[in-house]
Amino acid sequence: IFGKMAETMNIVEEIRNRVILGEYNVKNVHTSDYPGNYPGYDDTWDMQKFQKNFRIDIVHLDESTMEFDMVGIDAAIANAFRRILLAEVPTMAIEKVFIYNNTSIVQDEVLAHRLGLVPIKADPRLFEYRTSAEEEGSEIDTIQLQLKIKCSRNPRATKDSADPRELYLNHMVYSRDIKWVPIGNQADVFADSVIAPVHDDILIAQLRPGQELDVIMHCVKGIGQDHAKFSPVATASYRLLPDITLLEPVEGERAERLKRCFSRGVIDIQDVVAKVVDSRLDTCSREFLRHDDLKNAVKLARFRDHFIFTVESTGILPPDVLVTEAIKVLMVKCQRFLSELDSTDLE
Amino acid sequence: MAGEGEKKPVLEMVQADGADEGCVTFVLHNEDHTLGNSLRYMIMKTADVDFCGYTITHPSESKINFRIQTRGSIPATEPLRSGLNELSDVCQHVLNTFQARVNEFKERQEEPME
Repeated sequence: IFGKMAETMNIVEEIRNRVILGEYNVKNVHTSDYPGNYPGYDDTWDMQKFQKNFRIDIVHLDESTMEFDMVGIDAAIANAFRRILLAEVPTMAIEKVFIYNNTSIVQDEVLAHRLGLVPIKADPRLFEYRTSAEEEGSEIDTIQLQLKIKCSRNPRATKDSADPRELYLNHMVYSRDIKWVPIGNQADVFADSVIAPVHDDILIAQLRPGQELDVIMHCVKGIGQDHAKFSPVATASYRLLPDITLLEPVEGERAERLKRCFSRGVIDIQDVVAKVVDSRLDTCSREFLRHDDLKNAVKLARFRDHFIFTVESTGILPPDVLVTEAIKVLMVKCQRFLSELDSTDLE
Repeated sequence: MAGEGEKKPVLEMVQADGADEGCVTFVLHNEDHTLGNSLRYMIMKTADVDFCGYTITHPSESKINFRIQTRGSIPATEPLRSGLNELSDVCQHVLNTFQARVNEFKERQEEPME
């Protein structure tokens, strides 16, 4: 949206659609368009109106990150998706570590903690949650991994080298040393895909000759709410689209200073006059408020219903799959209470 | 209707005023702002709802008190049910739109290579 001079949006529209970023405070933050608040507006929920105004635009998508816009939805629901992406989309992670031998200088519990945080590339939708009753995991709810490594002196090292890479063999334990041990029918089910950590260069421990690690690990399905190791996203966040309006013509040297107040690419000088080219790139630092002559020339706001989501996956599932799973989790929550309501009504 | 025997209660109703069915506080177990705020928004957008709000009684307990007050003599379970249904429909629409756009984007990415 291009900033116009003296934008003629009336005050009511502004309160309904924009969050104003002022000098000392942020105004109009909360959603106010509930039925009965504004005389003359019918704000009752209308699915047709929602479907007409709602749109999603994918800006960027690759195997690990995704940036997309969700327009026409309320913050409550967008935030619900963000919270679910962080804490309620399940993944597989190492939960139980059976330590048969650990003579390294890394303590047992520290080693177990580090192993838990290693992301495991296994599709959690193919597994079930472990019901707490069983001690021994079965093939449907557990992945068994093994880490067995021993550090020894390198017989071929030159006499006076001091480089550990030359002197020792296996002195750095990486996640690529974690091997999958198929149990039950997993060898057939996962015949074409190997279950292993997502990244093979995560340093887990360092050893010196004579030290060894012999560890069996069980991976279970869990959610981020239980432990952050189960969170499938590096992070998932959103920001609102900024709306920069120039209230008066700014030209010449003032325009140059105005251009520097915003992120690069937001303001462009065309025919000596400053124009807002792309407000999406702005980080809303409100730098222009520190200049007395530019303070009243700009109006900075955000669109209340335009969310720019950024989802970075840890690599277990691609980011578009994560978003679809998050939406399904919210649907399942609703269905759970609906069936609960129906069952109690029948009583 | 609150939890029989060993079954853990998921949803309870606490009615403050015995006569009026329109003012009810629901206790939703194992829920937080994720469902609470989005459900509150959907129910606030419903017609004939005088009041809708939720609180997390204590951060250590994962349950929310969800209060609905309706206008007229509409039982409070009605806006709750319609709110849950509408939220579910919104999710379905978002899911369909998102999947369609992702497929479109992936196809557009394939084109330059062909």
